[in-house]
Amino acid sequence: MSAVPAEGKPLLGGRFRFWLKSEEASGFKLLSPAFLYALVMLAAPLAMVVVISFWTQELIDFDRSFTLKNYEEAWTDPIYRVLMLRSLAISGIVTVTTVILAFPIAYFVSFHVKHHKPLWILLITIPFWTSYLLRVFLWKVILGYNGVLNSGLIELGLIEEPLTFILYNATTVVITLAHAWAPFAILPIFVSLEKIDRSLLEAAEDLGDGPIQRFFRVTLPLAMPGVIAASLIVFIPTVGDYVTPRLVGGNSGLMIANIIQLQFGQASNAPLGAALALSAMVIVAAISVLIVWSSRRFTKRQAR
Amino acid sequence: MRQGRWLKVYSLTYLVFIYAPVLLLPIFAFNDSAIVAFPLTGFTTKWFEELWSATVMHEALWNSLYVGIATAVLSTVFGTCAARASTRFDFRGKKAAMGFIMLPLVLPEIIVAVALVVVLVQMGISLSLFAVVLGHVLICTPFSIAILSSAFNNLDLSLEEASLDLGETPFSTFFRVTLPLVAPGIVSSLLISFTISLDEFIIAFFLTGTDPTLPVYIWSQLRFTAKLPGVVSLGSLLLLASLILLLAAEYFRRRANKKAGTEGDGTGGFL
Repeated sequence: MSAVPAEGKPLLGGRFRFWLKSEEASGFKLLSPAFLYALVMLAAPLAMVVVISFWTQELIDFDRSFTLKNYEEAWTDPIYRVLMLRSLAISGIVTVTTVILAFPIAYFVSFHVKHHKPLWILLITIPFWTSYLLRVFLWKVILGYNGVLNSGLIELGLIEEPLTFILYNATTVVITLAHAWAPFAILPIFVSLEKIDRSLLEAAEDLGDGPIQRFFRVTLPLAMPGVIAASLIVFIPTVGDYVTPRLVGGNSGLMIANIIQLQFGQASNAPLGAALALSAMVIVAAISVLIVWSSRRFTKRQAR
Repeated sequence: MRQGRWLKVYSLTYLVFIYAPVLLLPIFAFNDSAIVAFPLTGFTTKWFEELWSATVMHEALWNSLYVGIATAVLSTVFGTCAARASTRFDFRGKKAAMGFIMLPLVLPEIIVAVALVVVLVQMGISLSLFAVVLGHVLICTPFSIAILSSAFNNLDLSLEEASLDLGETPFSTFFRVTLPLVAPGIVSSLLISFTISLDEFIIAFFLTGTDPTLPVYIWSQLRFTAKLPGVVSLGSLLLLASLILLLAAEYFRRRANKKAGTEGDGTGGFL
């Protein structure tokens, strides 16, 4: 599509004027506002975070000499290590549960719903548009000591004492996050199921595969891109979640974002906060790349 | 189909799980008790009356409206240009540039918030509602692009060509042909960005100075048990507002698809 500048080397000015009228230039011009904005408001700030992570906090200003001390602290201090590992563990559990729970409903809407697909999709996505803060707060109201669940169960006479295992701990965080991210897992899986050519399934049946064999040999491998996308969409943001652990996590459910916020807030040690945030980002990125890479290998082996 | 029936039961149960917390909002908003718990004690509208006279909350509401409207307009302008560029033109580095603009979709919000705080403080810009707008535009632009890309994709290029052939300038072609055809997409993008901004907490929490937005105000109320019924009633009003905005956005999105003569894929245009 893009216009190639005319050969024969006209004057540079003429060539540039020619380029300005080309499709390529039109595309550039239109894209540049959003691109420059992202450059100034995202790339530059992220670069700044990287720079600051090598500085040292003094009372109100920074000591701008280069140091690796913040990273040393972020990676060796047991508190940060525990929080980091816990964040990864909680997010990992949330990702696996959410994706496993989401698959059947995506499958149902894609394969069994005939006329009301858009309605089902709308129903699934609506709760995601209501305030995240409020949804997390509602889980606090539901799962609290005198919360809706406990008071309701006592009212019904099913239990005498409030259940305590659902109170302010890592389990609560998992339940809340699995609820909040459900639509994000369902949609990508649904889309990849929709893309499956139905005649492939008939072919598998004609060639003698039973329903279960067919599912594992045809449907699941073909839906794998959606499953991987769903896993990443859930995993990446949940590692850095702040609201849920703070509201329903208690002390044993705190995660890495809480300590990062603390460094930028009360502890006012922005360089350490920056080092922690970047370390978390790098770890999450590495795990994501690993997931994508191993799934590619898996599907390749399947194809053979 | 026995398998289908089991899947249906499962899916309906799942929907109940998704909706259960949200349904509590209207129930407890009208419950006549200072504690948010069962048993229900009686019907009241006093929590809503309290909201009517809560001046701090009103200020937070105005702050949120200001941030939301500014965010919606800016990100839709960015989104319109970028969606047009990516659907109509082909050029070197397009994929990389688009990927970069869409990056905030997959970055944890706390990273975005932290990065913006650091840079604003370093540049000596004080934290304010304007700073919140800057952050919100960053995370809303990808949504605008997604919505508007599908609107532009559905656009029949021959209509524009016809207009140019009939002697209209590219400028007037854009305003007389292209814009009316994608207008529903633009309205949908405005509504969606506004809704996202209205509900967004983390970036607002980091960047707002002394003026809270509505979610930041709600956050400050959560510490006090006595304030919870008020928060619940405010929450149900917010829920209602989000629902109306959303259904309006969905209506316009469908009209956009209908105008272009396609049915759309039913996924909300976000994928």
